[in-house]
Amino acid sequence: MSSSAPIVRSDVPDEPLFKRLMRATEIDTRMVGMIAALTLIWVGFNVYTYFQSGEGLFLTPRNLWNLTVQTSSVAVMATGMVLIIVMRHIDLSVGAILGFVSTIIGVTQTSVLPYYLGLDSPYIWIVTVMLGLVVGAAIGALHGSLVAYLGIPAFIVTLGGQLFWRGAAWWVTTGKTIAPLDERFALMGGGPLGSIGAVASWSLAALACIGIVIGLYAGRRRRLRYNFPLRPMWAEIALAVVGCFVALGATWVVNDYPWPERVAANYATAHHIQAPEGGLFISTGYAIPVLIVLVAGIVMTFIAKRTRFGRYVYAIGGNPEAAELAGINTKKITVLVFAIMGVLAAISGCIESARLDAATNVLGQFEELYVIAAAVIGGTSLMGGVGTIYGALIGALVIQSLQSGMVLLGFDSAFQEMVVGVVLVGAVGIDTFYRRGTARG
Amino acid sequence: MDAQTKVPLVEMKDISLAFGGLKAVDHASIDLYPGEVVGLLGHNGAGKSCLIKVLSGAYPRDSGQIFINGEEAHIANPRDAKGYGIETIYQTLALADNVDAASNLYLGREIMTRWGTLDDSAMEHEARKVMARLNPNFRRFKDPVTALSGGQRQSVAIARAIHFNARILIMDEPTAALGPAETAQVGELIKQLKSEGIGIFLISHDIHDVFDLADRVTVMKNGRIVGAAPVKDVTKDEVLGMIILGKCPPGATPGPGAVAG
Repeated sequence: MSSSAPIVRSDVPDEPLFKRLMRATEIDTRMVGMIAALTLIWVGFNVYTYFQSGEGLFLTPRNLWNLTVQTSSVAVMATGMVLIIVMRHIDLSVGAILGFVSTIIGVTQTSVLPYYLGLDSPYIWIVTVMLGLVVGAAIGALHGSLVAYLGIPAFIVTLGGQLFWRGAAWWVTTGKTIAPLDERFALMGGGPLGSIGAVASWSLAALACIGIVIGLYAGRRRRLRYNFPLRPMWAEIALAVVGCFVALGATWVVNDYPWPERVAANYATAHHIQAPEGGLFISTGYAIPVLIVLVAGIVMTFIAKRTRFGRYVYAIGGNPEAAELAGINTKKITVLVFAIMGVLAAISGCIESARLDAATNVLGQFEELYVIAAAVIGGTSLMGGVGTIYGALIGALVIQSLQSGMVLLGFDSAFQEMVVGVVLVGAVGIDTFYRRGTARG
Repeated sequence: MDAQTKVPLVEMKDISLAFGGLKAVDHASIDLYPGEVVGLLGHNGAGKSCLIKVLSGAYPRDSGQIFINGEEAHIANPRDAKGYGIETIYQTLALADNVDAASNLYLGREIMTRWGTLDDSAMEHEARKVMARLNPNFRRFKDPVTALSGGQRQSVAIARAIHFNARILIMDEPTAALGPAETAQVGELIKQLKSEGIGIFLISHDIHDVFDLADRVTVMKNGRIVGAAPVKDVTKDEVLGMIILGKCPPGATPGPGAVAG
């Protein structure tokens, strides 16, 4: 390996095609497995509904659009839960933080700020969202400090936190539902108005494609500079094509979902547009909460992979003592991780209360369990040190797909929860089995 | 004995460390000169690891002073110790098992890009260079260190200690987990580092290792120093006597832990 010519990963003859593909593109096999499972669920439900009602109901723009919006709250929080679990902690309080923050936002929006800023002030939503994020961060930092500096197990701190903040939410609202919320704030929940439409969606897709190509090119140049092994050119091109295909395909799907007839008709009247025969077709495009998930996913992946903080989170999860001996301030990192989780729970609180256009003290109840399940199905190990953000996002999508699919099929609620439970245990079981297999090999 | 006329690289004076009522280190003093290997011997629980962890910043001392090159050093945590050029290879290796060799090498002092993000390529590049020197057969830069063999893990831990211009190296049972060939390799490495003027504390309970590699030995028992002696002035049996009975032979300088008579 002393030659200065760039090294291209040599092809091993007689290697099976799939294995060769995986090695050349350096794609995580676990991710392929998860996407395969997701595809199986989607196609399975679609075929099932086809036989049940004569048309496939699952793989429709409408259902897929709804699916992404319904996943967003759990997905946002799952990106933070990954880091918590990687550090060998757990956070059982995220659902309660979500509920508490949403009631704080609701109360300030309806009964505090209008007196100071006026009823229709455009600043109300931004002030309340900021307040929510600060409250979420403060609660998370408090939990993290109790874990780090007093050494109370995270399980206990956040179990207590769950009871405390759920009760606090009740106390803030005095048990009432706070509605309606600020109009602009409600856009964070999605819906036809809370979506960005066709043009913006296509622009975003184009940006994503450019980003993918630039990213691959920059990565290749970096490897070339240090004379590291390169991916074969065909693998780079394949990755670029698949990435762009996914971005454009997803955009095509969300743009193929029109505004509901009534909303479109009202819009036409309000803007003096002559509605054509068969109603106005206005593309919904990406919903704002879905964009929030994408931003959260990208930011959290950046934090996990490219910052010192992220590196330390993983190192601490792998060997806390070694991290300490390397001079890492593990207590500070613990506080920060919980604070980030609090911020993400607050963001989810915004999404959910905006979607509901109301804040209630039971918002987000039991959601912590789905968040943890999403992270774990996505490959995060409870032993610590292992887990990816994209895995948790796919995990959240898997859980929501199962639930939505079962609703479409008209399954009992009781049965739905049972299935999700079985899938959680099954997924971790298969994963453990797989890991044992690779460790031995 | 010309080393004795110079200023010691490290001088630990009257160090004490207690856990509750247990005195793990009891008024221990020890020194180390440049280019010298000092073997620290004693039973399990004799206090040698604890004494050395005070120097590496892992344990805060209750009393005593540490001098580096004759100047008092303030060491309260591992980061301080590294600032003085003190690097440690722990018995447990202290590697983060789930991240790769380069990340372990740079754990706590990562190379950053000018945008303040981790520069993994630069770190891997440096890791490849240092590993090529230590263990030319090492190829697994992308795997988490948990997937590596004992010898490979050891070489990552050693690489981490010597890569940052260490002046003082602490090796806690460096060969405990290694086969004969790898042990010989570590021996060669110690001789090489010594010739570069690095001072080395070698902690071991294997008296043969220490006699092969060390210039002086210091023996501890029950948290106290039994005595110190140049290797050529004492026999293995006499050193065994110090370890087991705390009896200081004529060739050694007795410490507070020496049994009278």
